[in-house]
Amino acid sequence: MKTDETKIGRHADSGSRDALTIQVRKRFSDAGRDFTLEVGFALASGITIIFGASGAGKTTLLDCVAGLTRPDSGKIAVGDHVLFDHARETNLPAQTRRVGYVFQDLALFPHLTVEKNVEYGLANIDKDARRKKSDAILESFRISHLRERKPAEISGGERQRVALARALVTDPRILLLDEPMAALDAATKSKIIEDLRAWNAAHAIPILYVTHNREEVFALGDRVLVLENGRMIADGTPHGVMAAPRRESLAQLIGFENIFHAVVIAIHENRGTMRCRLADSDVELETPLVRADVGSTLLIGIRAGDILLATIQPAGLSARNIIPGRVLSVTQRDVIVVVRVNCGVEMEVHITLAARDSLQLGPGREVWLVVKTHSCHLMAAS
Amino acid sequence: MDWQSFWLTIRLAVLVAAVLVVLGLPIAYWIAYSPRRWRFLVEAVVALPIVLPPTVLGFYVLVALGSRSPLGRWWQAFTGHTLAFTFEGLVIGSIIYSLPFAVQPFAASFKLVDPRLLAASATLGASRLQTFRRVILPLSLPGLVTGVALSFAHTMGEFGVVLMVGGNIPGITKTVSIDIYDKVQALDYAGANQTALVLLVISFAVLSLVYSVNRKVGAVWPWK
Repeated sequence: MKTDETKIGRHADSGSRDALTIQVRKRFSDAGRDFTLEVGFALASGITIIFGASGAGKTTLLDCVAGLTRPDSGKIAVGDHVLFDHARETNLPAQTRRVGYVFQDLALFPHLTVEKNVEYGLANIDKDARRKKSDAILESFRISHLRERKPAEISGGERQRVALARALVTDPRILLLDEPMAALDAATKSKIIEDLRAWNAAHAIPILYVTHNREEVFALGDRVLVLENGRMIADGTPHGVMAAPRRESLAQLIGFENIFHAVVIAIHENRGTMRCRLADSDVELETPLVRADVGSTLLIGIRAGDILLATIQPAGLSARNIIPGRVLSVTQRDVIVVVRVNCGVEMEVHITLAARDSLQLGPGREVWLVVKTHSCHLMAAS
Repeated sequence: MDWQSFWLTIRLAVLVAAVLVVLGLPIAYWIAYSPRRWRFLVEAVVALPIVLPPTVLGFYVLVALGSRSPLGRWWQAFTGHTLAFTFEGLVIGSIIYSLPFAVQPFAASFKLVDPRLLAASATLGASRLQTFRRVILPLSLPGLVTGVALSFAHTMGEFGVVLMVGGNIPGITKTVSIDIYDKVQALDYAGANQTALVLLVISFAVLSLVYSVNRKVGAVWPWK
């Protein structure tokens, strides 16, 4: 018993200072889609976010690190412990890599209780040590009371905790999380993250957290890597990366008829919103929260089709931005009616032919523009 | 009722079903998980007994067991008698004959196990064998029950292969279905009816077990 414990303890200690270095290339061509993942980076301990749309290669990257997919070339190592090295033909099997992996669908064993799931990776140590370790991790993830239940009998957040506990109880050298919180509400999510942070304060291993959710990027990461089409296109703090002009931002801007420079005047972190004043006007908009400082300048894009027009002042709406203005011009473009409104700034609004007729819109008409908070798209001002 | 041939048949069927678990599991595992391109060839060979006439299969088994084949000679040198027309020969013939009835349900149920569970097991340090024992086997229990029951029932009722390989030696190779055939030949319809009824009831009971297991897993097994 003694030897097992000391062995595990030593692993955990040695793991705490080991950085993860990844340099991989992996090419797929199936179903007519040719895809190459080619990335290189190093991670210290703490949470690093891999942000990218689905199909960007996030899961492939994690599978390469875990040993479930063999890269075509490159090298993966934790400290000086080599997991994969194409040049030296080293490719440790997943079984011996000591990589904790929480899968997107969690992959809990449906036929085993919570306790048996958590103890699954401890088969090679003796019973007392196993019991001690599983008790400790069940305690720290607050799931002791569920130990006799099957995964089908507990909630999504509880399953999430079980999956984390199962991966961490084996004292992995690195932890991989593949969109682990996708199905959870914000409150459950933040409690689980707190517990994960608390665990990692003591263990200090590199944690790779994959997500396509912008809010998670700001909530979690010390560092964000942005993955797009198999390449890493940005690397930095959440603020730096998400606010920095992204490569596709120009293309994104093309879709917006209304683009304004705006200054951040207030940040409501708890509500996930902020207020911005459009440049050279006194029009204020409530927008989604991005990591930006009060006083900084952003670009706000609003699609003309996302704006509602009202001829009497609307009340009782969920939309947070209701701006009075006056119609400048009404022109028909094919089956769309383009209405230009002066509300301190000039905005373009697209409505249907029927809407124009029933509202009897014409130049000089007094109107209100209605813009939902989440119809305001924020981009970095270059 | 010829109890001697009845117990002989039960003994044969139990033995064959048991051997097929041992033999069928690795074959099914290989079929379910091998990345080899020629896997389909193995699947075809395993499935052959389903479509081959039992007399054809029995003929080849007889030739393979006979004293002119290497296997037959080796066995004869080893034991002093030939395999053909013995209980052991009958067991070998029956194993080949019932192989697909064990391997196919095994392999089908293995393929149904979520590959992410196998990946999870691997990242948790489990070897392939541990993963097989702790994840694949428990999650494919209905398929295992089906395979064992089908190979048992199939062996209980076989006729052509037994006749070709074993002949009709009471207490050694005379199984129930051959006994029924004998009785009909001797115009003993009452006796044939009695024996046939026993075989019918047993087959029905086994198949009922199989279908109840597959239909409502939750009712038979404690997990969902």
